[in-house]
Amino acid sequence: MGQTIDIAEGLFVDTPHPALIGGRHRQTGRIVFPCPTGNPDYEPMLLPRRGTLWSWTVQRFRPKSPPYAGPEEFSPFALGYVELPGAVIVEAPFTDVAFDDLRIGMEMETVLIPLNHDGQGHAIRTFAFAPAREG
Amino acid sequence: MADVFIVGIGVHPFGRTEGRSGLQQGAFAIRQALDDAGLDWGDMQFGFGGSDSAGNADTVVNEMGLTGLPIINVRNGCATGGSALIGAWQGIASCQYDLGVAFGFDKHPRGAFNAMPAEYSLPDWYGEAGMMVTTQFFAMKLQRYMAQHGITPTALGRVAQKAFDNGAHAPHAWRRSPVDLETILSSQMISDPLTKYMFCSPAEGGVALILASEQKARQLGRDRIRIKAAVTRTRPPGSFEVFSPSLSIERGGAPTLLASAAAFDMAGIGPDDIDVAQLQDTESGAEIMHMAENGFCGDGEQEEWLAEGWSRIDGKLPINTDGGCLACGEPIGASGLRQVYENVVQLRGSGGGRQVPGEPKTGYTHVYGAPGISGVTILER
Repeated sequence: MGQTIDIAEGLFVDTPHPALIGGRHRQTGRIVFPCPTGNPDYEPMLLPRRGTLWSWTVQRFRPKSPPYAGPEEFSPFALGYVELPGAVIVEAPFTDVAFDDLRIGMEMETVLIPLNHDGQGHAIRTFAFAPAREG
Repeated sequence: MADVFIVGIGVHPFGRTEGRSGLQQGAFAIRQALDDAGLDWGDMQFGFGGSDSAGNADTVVNEMGLTGLPIINVRNGCATGGSALIGAWQGIASCQYDLGVAFGFDKHPRGAFNAMPAEYSLPDWYGEAGMMVTTQFFAMKLQRYMAQHGITPTALGRVAQKAFDNGAHAPHAWRRSPVDLETILSSQMISDPLTKYMFCSPAEGGVALILASEQKARQLGRDRIRIKAAVTRTRPPGSFEVFSPSLSIERGGAPTLLASAAAFDMAGIGPDDIDVAQLQDTESGAEIMHMAENGFCGDGEQEEWLAEGWSRIDGKLPINTDGGCLACGEPIGASGLRQVYENVVQLRGSGGGRQVPGEPKTGYTHVYGAPGISGVTILER
């Protein structure tokens, strides 16, 4: 009990700050997320942890399971795209923000949040964006 | 390429029909189209047909008769019907055949489409985290468009209101009762900024079109409605499509821009020459964005268009005259052909309560779907 596992390998790091791992194309320099696995054309790179809100919506009903692996007891959540400057625009759930406060262009930062618990009592950890804090 | 004419049209009512398979709804539409053209199944030299989730189209011979004709199955997402039409059009335009059928049908379960990551070459975590939901994409594309171009929720409501007003006059539509603007705007929020009445629902239905060469069409006395263009296009770099874990910071075009330009080029006319249009309206905002992507107005001008009623039946460019996907529902394999069916009705002048005034001469259709495909046709009378 109490152990935390990540939703997938190779998506993010948690130190010194939570940040996503993107993939940079070795020839063109184009950056994608996630980093394609088994493709030698892409090298992993840490993405900027802060960016600006590009677009958003609110998921008002529980997505169908499978594939959704969130809690049975559903609470609507915001999600959207955040433009990580000079890198890539990434989609993720949002956390720690009131729906009415969401504005395109607001400063957001990468965080790691619990999605659910698996059958063995492990907490499953995933990535999200939250309004950027000072500092 | 030789000219191709639409000489017969048929539709199975959209919505829900218990006890009748998707394929049977396709056969129903084919029979109606044959009756309309004054032809028999045995006259069909070939067919192109498709569905997304209701089985293989070529098995329609079990319903229609074992005449030995070649039928090619098409499965091309939301462009399935449009692609079937292109196949049949090419068969006649190339002079290989002079009479054939394009048909599409579908039957989907209730509720939102249920997509799995592996079907789209995506990692499992994308669905586990709750992002494998098509409605989110439409909402997010729209949310940004509204902020950039000053589109209001009221404009979204007006699109849905128009759809239900038009659907009330279309015998093949599913939702046939008007809904007032306030009810649309205050109905349950599904995915901000879109409410329940602003989304289409998965549905059932079938459509068939009989295509003929000029000589054959003359013999039948049906040489009035001509296909001027039929094209599909996939996405260019930098387009924003459903199920995208990330987007390039270098934003680009959209498949609709490519398909629309190619169709106008093929037809040798422009947006100002179109008298009636059917545009993909998966949700209210899609119709608004597609008005601009297809070249009928500039970004942001839709607000005035909708406030002034310019896209209503009696407006300067009537759009989605049978209520579109919002009123008819979305059977994926049939929707693109429904749009063409509706344009033939309008060009024949047989639209009844939804007939566009002034004897329209040109009709435009546009479908759009995952994973970034768009199909456009232009008909001329």
